[in-house]
Amino acid sequence: MSEGEPLLAVEALTAHYGDFQALFGVDLHLDPGGCVAIIGANGAGKTTLMRTIAGILRAGAGRVLLDGAEIQRLAAPEVLRHGVAMVPEGRKLFPSLSVEENLLIGAHERKGDGRWNLETIYDLFPILRERRRNPGTALSGGQQQMVAIGRALMSNPRVLLCDEISLGLAPVVIRDIYAAVPRIRESGTAIVVVEQDIGQALKIADYVYCMMEGRVTLSGRPSDLSREAIHDAYFGVSHDLA
Amino acid sequence: MSSSFSKGSARSLGIAIAVVLVLGMIAVPVIGSRALVQDLFSVLTLLVLALNWNMLAGFAGLVSVGQQAFVGIGAYVMFACTILWGLDPLVGVLVGGVAAMLFSIPMAFFAFRLNGAYFAIGTWAVADIARLVASQWTALGGGTGTSLPKGTTKDMFGVPFVKDLLDVSSAAAADAVTYWLALALALAMLTISYVFLRSKMGLGLQAVRDNLEAARSVGINPTRLKALVFTLCAFGTGLTGALIFIQITRVTPQAAFAVIDWTAFVIFIVVIGGIGTLPGPILGALVFYALERLLADYGTVYLIALGLLGIAVMLFARRGLWGLITDRTGFDLLPLGHAPPAPLSETRQPVPERT
Repeated sequence: MSEGEPLLAVEALTAHYGDFQALFGVDLHLDPGGCVAIIGANGAGKTTLMRTIAGILRAGAGRVLLDGAEIQRLAAPEVLRHGVAMVPEGRKLFPSLSVEENLLIGAHERKGDGRWNLETIYDLFPILRERRRNPGTALSGGQQQMVAIGRALMSNPRVLLCDEISLGLAPVVIRDIYAAVPRIRESGTAIVVVEQDIGQALKIADYVYCMMEGRVTLSGRPSDLSREAIHDAYFGVSHDLA
Repeated sequence: MSSSFSKGSARSLGIAIAVVLVLGMIAVPVIGSRALVQDLFSVLTLLVLALNWNMLAGFAGLVSVGQQAFVGIGAYVMFACTILWGLDPLVGVLVGGVAAMLFSIPMAFFAFRLNGAYFAIGTWAVADIARLVASQWTALGGGTGTSLPKGTTKDMFGVPFVKDLLDVSSAAAADAVTYWLALALALAMLTISYVFLRSKMGLGLQAVRDNLEAARSVGINPTRLKALVFTLCAFGTGLTGALIFIQITRVTPQAAFAVIDWTAFVIFIVVIGGIGTLPGPILGALVFYALERLLADYGTVYLIALGLLGIAVMLFARRGLWGLITDRTGFDLLPLGHAPPAPLSETRQPVPERT
């Protein structure tokens, strides 16, 4: 993907749910401060890949390297301590906690200060400042997604894994959420975005991976990928036949 | 009068009332009857059990129905310390608490593999196994149990001193000592719970209860956190169990491992008071005590009334009586809100502007 040393490298990664193999030798590279998008239909293995990188799901074979160090055997808290934070699919806010507490808990494993704190999160998503005392789950879907992103940023990650952050949101809300991505990247945090909206993925990412049935079926820079090739890789059928 | 002043005044008034109440409770053995001391001892020990269960179920999401295991182990080990090894019963209380905590480690190893209702049933099953093991302990009377030797509590640490100080009988002095210990346990449990729940770990615990996977994604180790709370609550419950049986002076497997007495009533107290709040169990313990006194002469009607009240609260006031009070008044006696860890202005760094 690039000539320099990648910040995050996934090499021939496999993962299983019991006897069911969900990932088959997946490769992925992310440059420092970069943004890659993973696209694919439901059941393609996108979320599984994110969960495996984050240490939530145990990796099978293969490696996950962060700055050249293997992290695929580490548990989720350890992976986070190394600088990989995840925004889980469906937001998964803590209903008994306020917006501010939901954000503060993101700094649970943080040692010392960093670029991201409550103030800078509120600068990124000003509406959260007004709602800071409200229960996290009393917000709209878009605002909840902002809290989920802010919560992950509170750990000052080097890599932010965003799993389906536009799922179930209105287009205007999705635009507001994605408007934050460049600012997050400028702060030095690299991003991996799982996205079903192909147009959105091509717009924000430097590099796109298309997955199907646990394998990467297509990858490349957005400008190098034709709509037909993406269509074929996404649905697994020839564009001509579809 | 500004609202912040009103809130501050209410808090100051609340603290003042609490201090007076605690001082009054300390003075009960001096100014009150022995029956009152014994009644309040029951309330306080139930309160400690309730605070422990509330910490487990209300804040950690661990709905245990096996708390009687820790009560029973605490009681049995205290009896063993006193009868078999000749130690002071109060030393036995401490050893009983430690024994309950040690037992909770393998218990957690098995129970933490279960979730929800299976966890509840699993803890109940383990507690019943503990009861069966206790009933095989022939040195402590096997299935029929045993009693503390006559005069044991009279020579207990602190009793001769209190006897001379208050000029009362040895039995009344023993009641006073166990009462003060129960009061100290209740205050300690309340303080520790409050400080813990307002800490970073307390916030993490509530996150684990709310959503396990999301908690993992923010770097919390749910198993470690839940195991810590489970073992510490086992210690508190074991201490309380041992203390309760000093006053009863007789232990049997059926009494020490009674699921109704040490878990069902405790669940009732927490549910009607307000699960997941700290004042809730206090209110619940007082309501339970009042019902027990009012309906003591009505036999099974007492249990039916408890059940009906529990059902009514679960249907119409899911946050318990304390939840009703806070909803109506907006006043929270022991708020668990978390303040930011450091002044924001000191750590603030600019975020790149939108381009």
